[in-house]
Amino acid sequence: MPAITFIHPDGKSERVETSGEESAMQAATRHGLDGILAECGGNAMCATCHVYVDESWLARLPDMADDEDALLDGTASERRPNSRLSCQIRITPERDGLIVKLPERQV
Amino acid sequence: MTASGTPASTGPASVPHLDVDPFDMRFFADPYPAHQRLREAGPVVYLDKWNVYGVARYAEVHAVLNDPATFCSSRGVGLSDFKKETPWRPPSLILEADPPAHTRTRAVLSKVLSPTAMKQVRDRFAAAAEERVDALLDKRSFDAIADLAEAYPLSIFPDALGLKPEGREHLIPYASVVFNAFGPPNELRQQAIARSAPHQAYVAEQCQRDNLAPGGFGACIHARVDDGEITATEAPLLVRSLLSAGLDTTVNGIGAAVYCLARFPDQWQRLRDDPTLARNAFEEAVRFESPVQTFFRTTTREVELSGATIGEGEKVLMFLAAANRDPRRWDRPDSYDITRRTSGHVGFGSGIHMCVGQLVARLEGEVMLTALARRVAKIEITGEPKRRFNNTLRGLDSLPVTITPA
Repeated sequence: MPAITFIHPDGKSERVETSGEESAMQAATRHGLDGILAECGGNAMCATCHVYVDESWLARLPDMADDEDALLDGTASERRPNSRLSCQIRITPERDGLIVKLPERQV
Repeated sequence: MTASGTPASTGPASVPHLDVDPFDMRFFADPYPAHQRLREAGPVVYLDKWNVYGVARYAEVHAVLNDPATFCSSRGVGLSDFKKETPWRPPSLILEADPPAHTRTRAVLSKVLSPTAMKQVRDRFAAAAEERVDALLDKRSFDAIADLAEAYPLSIFPDALGLKPEGREHLIPYASVVFNAFGPPNELRQQAIARSAPHQAYVAEQCQRDNLAPGGFGACIHARVDDGEITATEAPLLVRSLLSAGLDTTVNGIGAAVYCLARFPDQWQRLRDDPTLARNAFEEAVRFESPVQTFFRTTTREVELSGATIGEGEKVLMFLAAANRDPRRWDRPDSYDITRRTSGHVGFGSGIHMCVGQLVARLEGEVMLTALARRVAKIEITGEPKRRFNNTLRGLDSLPVTITPA
């Protein structure tokens, strides 16, 4: 099954196996990963599953919808060009090995 | 007179029929044994009392919430089917609407109540929470519902909306009518609607553009008319949604959190030790108590759900509170645990209709619990809590407490 690597703010990295159908956020919460809150449960309403996507992966991500774009303006840690909401990134086989960095804060 | 629906005798034999009335006073007094019965009877049940289908397990509640094309909202999210009965008030443009109409109105409220908008009110909301706790520390003994759970949101939310000072006493009674009206035609609903005229008149008036202060959430909604996103006749109805669902819900959410923390001193101590847990302590209270207990959907076609066949035009009652304590989904579901991973609970719903004001609720809950945790050493319940009865909302009418300063 495709896997994804989360890099914590302290540099520690954590590899998480996904079910092949879930989002990066769902995989993270299912594994109890610290640093992804996902208060709204994946409905693109809260901006608490913010991640910084490794630059080399940006082109392979789904397009950003307007609601995600607007939510990213309100993230607790600064928005950067590689900011995304992990609930909007489905981990398909093409995204096996995706690397994302976690922000300092989610709220 | 009962609601429309397929007679129980024609329902599929595979669906268990239950005699539970989830809108009965005895049910409200202690819903938990009935919730368990509903969950254990099967993934889909039929409630003969009101001729509706019911789902009480997490998986089915989540599935119904996330299939709005099959389980629609435009025929009402209460028992009344708007296709067969005239609604008691003009339907909500967001709650009681389906895509594509819902998509447009929802986008407007999402923007007005966005994380960015919350950043702008955060300091004000936090300062008001500190002030409220100061006042309560002077009193020491008080009613945690009237003096805290109601007083705090009333001190910030109407101002944030931009409401006039006059007439605010109608807000909580109006919301109480709205949430009672989702229920069946029982005494709670009939009496609420019978007494609703003055509250409705206040709300209709207050939703007009001229009556909303510049810079507030209400004025922000009306400003979208100028951008062409909504029409001038839609704007007051969208303001009405905030008046209906923005106050009583947070009153019950904050009330639930204080009631939990007062009942479970070990959790209160954990919060005292680490006040950054405040936001999750509030979220867990929303899961544990589920201030909004139920909502209905109506099927737009025949559908199979977990082996049960439900015909077109059937009402399906979702037991959000039962889903939030389904042992199939939650470890130790009946424990209030402020460090629990609460993500995925359905206390705010799920899917396209998930509470559009959830960020306001969380902000209010977080700053209030933070203020309490920093300044209060102990919360003791000093009298019998009294329950407030409503067809949809679960909460207390009074909670006598005494607090000790830190």
